[in-house]
Amino acid sequence: MSLSALSTNTSAGNDNGLASGDFDLLRKLLLDKAGIVLEPSQEYLAEARLPPVARQHGMQAITEIIAALRTGRSRELEIDVVDAFTTNETSFFRDSHPFDDFVKVVMPELLAARGPASTIRIWCGACSSGQEPYTLAMLLSEHFPELVASRRIRILATDLSRTMVARTNEGRYSQFEVNRGLPAPMLVKYFDQAGRDWQAKPALRDMIEAKECNLLEAWPMVPKSDIVFLRNVLIYFSAETKTTILERIRTEVLQNDGYLFLGSSETTLNLATHLKAMRFDRGQCYRP
Amino acid sequence: MRVMIVDDSRAQRMMLRRMVETLGFETEEAEHGQDALDKLQADDPVDLMLVDWNMPVLDGLDMLKAVRKQGAYADTTIMMVSSESDPRKIARALMCGADDYLVKPVDAPMIREKLIMLGVLEPETV
Repeated sequence: MSLSALSTNTSAGNDNGLASGDFDLLRKLLLDKAGIVLEPSQEYLAEARLPPVARQHGMQAITEIIAALRTGRSRELEIDVVDAFTTNETSFFRDSHPFDDFVKVVMPELLAARGPASTIRIWCGACSSGQEPYTLAMLLSEHFPELVASRRIRILATDLSRTMVARTNEGRYSQFEVNRGLPAPMLVKYFDQAGRDWQAKPALRDMIEAKECNLLEAWPMVPKSDIVFLRNVLIYFSAETKTTILERIRTEVLQNDGYLFLGSSETTLNLATHLKAMRFDRGQCYRP
Repeated sequence: MRVMIVDDSRAQRMMLRRMVETLGFETEEAEHGQDALDKLQADDPVDLMLVDWNMPVLDGLDMLKAVRKQGAYADTTIMMVSSESDPRKIARALMCGADDYLVKPVDAPMIREKLIMLGVLEPETV
């Protein structure tokens, strides 16, 4: 069913709120385009996140957004609405311990298994504004400088939002954003001040390539990878979609001896996946 | 755990105190660098210091150097919390012994994340 085929509900709904039919249309858009499950009780999210989109498109009220979406003719508006609902809460070194495990266990094991001339490929899915891939790039530069110097590390960062993809490629962050988790010794070593912002130095940006990717669609841009970080995104999906994504990572993306990191609140418990948990002192990752 | 907040602004000290109290710290306050040095000598030891840069009597950088010269406080975790954002100044503070640096304005999640990275807080305890 297309969005425009959903029933029109022009009753109720004011400048700042949505009628139930309008909210249903929005929920369907987010589910179809991004797999995001918006609960009926989360209408407040629409009221919080849509006004900036309305302003961006020269509209006075969020009901105008719904009316435009209902025509099914504004691809740009659909993209911006989905962008607005993609939660971009992130920070450098988020949760900290997965990065300890990455440096102390996973990378040494991989390098021992692959040999000195191998290239290590990392995929950061749902990278948001890029703090995670830049965290990895800094850690690799600190702990595996010869690997970085010989350009044998490739980090692919993907996100549903093209705005986030552009931000990741630019590697530019506000003072507020670098204050979130980035140790000052790394800030001054790996970033240049750019006006009131900070931008990752070229050597760091060269390690990372960001591209658009919808986890619900095909992933032609994602190569076979040694390590996958897919953190804090599965929580937005239904159990069935989570299982599908995890199995696709296992069969299509991960090398046979690869590693998958999920968010600290995410597990494969009760999901029909063949991934096996590998436990560390404080966290875990998953392997085919 | 005890934290000393060193800032000449009473409002800033109050704001930082509220933030770190939610993280489980006991707090002590100092109005400038010399006040901090005096209180370090006189009072119970602290685990962490949050230190402004620009203060009267003795500024944060000179206080930092003085603290690091004293063996008893050589391992105390010190984070500068300052409005100075020039990377050369940040680098200078780090060279003088600051463990980390936050540019104002700051909020509670920033403090928490920094303290986890510094090993002062465990992620699962907050």
